[in-house]
Amino acid sequence: MSQFLQHLVNTVILGGTYALLGIGLTLIFGIMRVVNFTHGELYAFGAYAVFALAMLLGINFFLALLLAILGGVVIGAAIELVLLRPMRGADIDTTMLVMIGAWIVMQNTEMLAWGGVAKAVVTPFPEVPLVIGPVSVSYLRIFVLAMALSLIAATYIMINKTKLGKAMRATFQDRDTAALMGVNINGIHTATFAIGSGLAAAAGALLGPVFLAVPTMGDLAALKSFAIVILGGLGSITGAAIGGFILAFAEELGAGYLSSGYRDAIGFLIIILVLMFKPTGLFSRAERVG
Amino acid sequence: MRRLFPILALAALASVPLWLDDAYLLHILITTGIFTIAAMSLNLLLGYTGQLSLGHVAFFGIGAYVSALTALGFDVDIGPWTIVHEPWPVLAGFVLAVAIAGLCGYLIGKLSFKVRGAYFVIVTISFAEVVRLVALNWVDLTQGPLALNNIPPFTLQFPGLGEYVLWGKVANYYLVLIVAVVAYVIIKRLVGSRIGRAMVALKENESLAVSVGINVTRYLVLAAVVSAALAGAAGSLYAHYVKIVDPEIFLFIYTVTMVIMVVTGGKGTLAGPVVGGLIFGILPVVLRSYLGPEFQWIFYGLFMIFIVFVLPQGIVPAFERRFARPGPEPPAEAVGARQ
Repeated sequence: MSQFLQHLVNTVILGGTYALLGIGLTLIFGIMRVVNFTHGELYAFGAYAVFALAMLLGINFFLALLLAILGGVVIGAAIELVLLRPMRGADIDTTMLVMIGAWIVMQNTEMLAWGGVAKAVVTPFPEVPLVIGPVSVSYLRIFVLAMALSLIAATYIMINKTKLGKAMRATFQDRDTAALMGVNINGIHTATFAIGSGLAAAAGALLGPVFLAVPTMGDLAALKSFAIVILGGLGSITGAAIGGFILAFAEELGAGYLSSGYRDAIGFLIIILVLMFKPTGLFSRAERVG
Repeated sequence: MRRLFPILALAALASVPLWLDDAYLLHILITTGIFTIAAMSLNLLLGYTGQLSLGHVAFFGIGAYVSALTALGFDVDIGPWTIVHEPWPVLAGFVLAVAIAGLCGYLIGKLSFKVRGAYFVIVTISFAEVVRLVALNWVDLTQGPLALNNIPPFTLQFPGLGEYVLWGKVANYYLVLIVAVVAYVIIKRLVGSRIGRAMVALKENESLAVSVGINVTRYLVLAAVVSAALAGAAGSLYAHYVKIVDPEIFLFIYTVTMVIMVVTGGKGTLAGPVVGGLIFGILPVVLRSYLGPEFQWIFYGLFMIFIVFVLPQGIVPAFERRFARPGPEPPAEAVGARQ
């Protein structure tokens, strides 16, 4: 039982960052109809940016975190402007090929820049974990969860309460009508991709110090984001948030009670089950199927 | 001229071992040939049905592992049972590789073609990752990262005449060439048939195709089965040629290489994957002496973006258009019949 409680705590902490990854990806797919293969690389970028800023340049950890997220936003906007804007109106497969190309370029650039050796980030949080009864959790992980939840809340408020969010939702529902009503579609696309990329970078920047930064971390992150997004329904933000926690829960239990070697295969099993029984995802309306 | 061209190309390829005396270059051509077969199989899905299989290397790797394990034999414990398999002839391994890869294609197709598009892409890419994890972790069966070693070479049995073991490079070259030609003919016959026209109709205008009674899922699954089976055949050839198979075979970058071959050559054309396969089979050898592997992949990525922006149809269609320009535009029907 105490072991189960520990798994539950780990689930919540991992789930928060998974939810960030999923929300970023589903936002981009829902609004832009782009399967974003660079998502995992922005996650890796976040982790490496924190490492470079905090460990190599000696910048304050929290400032490094903020700068890493902003860096993700800037890179996302650049990808949209350079690669995706000229492809507007192209079919989804063609943009997918471009995004795969961008993915390979980014991953191997990271490999060249950082080498194959894993990098660790030292944080200002105490090493000794907080112990509550049978459960122990490090202060860093609590901070990671708090940050992830605040970012999810901020994204939610941004989409539902601000003017930009309203324009994004309008574009999501009907791009042409939104454009006729005076929504700047180009601007919305750039903003969406930048925000989605920023969320991925945030997830990486938060999890990088918990685990280690390795060049291939982006691949798994990308696959897991896909699983989360299919689970929640492509384009559904609430679905992605809940999907993130479900995937974390399944992984944590699978690794704890079955086999840790297959931990990363669990996302795929979830995709299979969802496609077999509810192909549109758990939380999506019928019109959202891509 | 156009009808003669494939025969001339085949004759040129068949003559290569007669004048090329360099074992290394022949080796490059053999592996290029194997990957070209895989690219042709990918083209059947990507080019003719418009479905992008981003886990195509899974079918290739499954073919390699099935064939190698059939030929090597294994014993594994599954729960209370022990399964012992004695080594079988390589040819049986090849047949099983094709069958099991095809079966995987069937399951993946059945599963994801209910919703298609982005779902198919994501299912295939995750499938490849899971198969890699199984190959890595099921050490009893696959030896995990230690790899399957000493895989026997391809052997042909002639009843009453004994057997012929394909040890040398020249023999393997012709084996790959023959399988490639068979794969080419299978794909050509398939896309030239009713089935192929149904596939193209689905790609061009799905609702219209459905309204004239084409069963979408059935044709897509059929394409997935044939495509996966051919990729499995290529994997089997690979295993018995390089004689070592490890989980690295499932790396995503190999799928990307196949996609680049198809897209560069021209998806949805018969010659496209062959042209793309030759370019991207031989190019790395040239690049390797100047650049590290990371630069090579960066170059591939940039090249893929470049091709999509500049030559979205690929080399072969662009070449054909130039070739056809002086004469009058042929009627649409004739173009369809020639392809």
